[in-house]
Amino acid sequence: MQVIINGTIHSLSQPVTLTTLIEQLALKPERVAIELNGLIQPRAQWSEVVLQDGDRLEIVHFVGGG
Amino acid sequence: MDRYSRHILFSGIGRTGQERLQAARVAIIGCGALGCLQVEMLARAGVGFLRVVDRDFIEYSNLQRQVLFDESDAAEQLPKAAAAAAHVSRINSDIQVEPIVADVRAANIEDLIADVDVVLDGTDNFETRYVINDACVKHHRPWIYGAAVGAFGLTMTVLPGETPCLRCLFADAPAPGTSPTCDTAGIILPAIATIVAAQVTEALKLLTGQREKLRGTLMQVDLWENSHQSIKLKGVREAGNCPCCVQRNFEFLAAASQQMTSTLCGRNAVQISPAQQGKAKLNLKEIKERLGSLGTVSGNPFLIRFQIDSYEMTIFPDARAIIKGTDDFTTARSLYAKYVGL
Repeated sequence: MQVIINGTIHSLSQPVTLTTLIEQLALKPERVAIELNGLIQPRAQWSEVVLQDGDRLEIVHFVGGG
Repeated sequence: MDRYSRHILFSGIGRTGQERLQAARVAIIGCGALGCLQVEMLARAGVGFLRVVDRDFIEYSNLQRQVLFDESDAAEQLPKAAAAAAHVSRINSDIQVEPIVADVRAANIEDLIADVDVVLDGTDNFETRYVINDACVKHHRPWIYGAAVGAFGLTMTVLPGETPCLRCLFADAPAPGTSPTCDTAGIILPAIATIVAAQVTEALKLLTGQREKLRGTLMQVDLWENSHQSIKLKGVREAGNCPCCVQRNFEFLAAASQQMTSTLCGRNAVQISPAQQGKAKLNLKEIKERLGSLGTVSGNPFLIRFQIDSYEMTIFPDARAIIKGTDDFTTARSLYAKYVGL
């Protein structure tokens, strides 16, 4: 199955939750926010949301510089 | 008004909008790369009052991106807030700039934002942003988060009680030492300029009373990797139970959350801010005489620079000190206790 993350196609060997996806992408969960198909996903629900083929994700990264 | 003729011609501002800008008051918290550009854009736009708050002084390594400063500012090691005010007076003498050389903390943030219409984030660390977020939510002041590292940046406008606050999205600041900074990842001015362009445009919309034009997203750009994301913020606040903007528990305004020490973005340096900072007023002349026999001392009316062993201490009249040559809090505290005294 394929999902689109920040405009780029990613292939997934099996359906995963948002929690697992963030782990697989080696991102720090406390430093990202996720929008799935136009809706922001509350952190508490990441472990329950399973990605479907064709899902479109936007992942933003929290930074502190400036 | 000829000076602002191109603003007046622009349908989004017009004559009424320009008059509103000239009557508006903005606080810029932090006058590094983000803050310099924010100040310059708002000053040129004719925003009537700018409060510029910064704790740091100018160094040569700032000049690559901190557009208000020049080589002579760096040579004189001027405080950023004071130098910014001086430069703005040559850009637009019609507006009022209030420079404040201070560390933004729980103890002073509420005063700093009390009498302004909008607060702009020009800081370089997470901790100060959470302090700003708490104070702005508590007092219903719109604030505009912006941050950048490398070629990457993001921004979000917070309308307390209406749109998500910083803690709705990121409940807590990442642990110290876990995030990239200007020191580890560098920074390019175009990334700063992109984020500031978005921040200042949002400020112009707010100050001219056009909330319906606000972007409504958390926007992220990476100018090097050519990516751009926006996530919609509608409904986020309602979906959660934010400790700050829903429960109104302002943890970052509680004195206990205030660290006495913090590392500085882009330096091998530690800042010491004594708890009584703000009330304290050091006699720089006296300290200069005292330290003169121990090491090399230089300075200007705003600070003292003291070199001892491999360390360099910069001491401010409000009892703050920046200790360069270490990133170890204990070493820095010990040097402070030794040479400034607690």
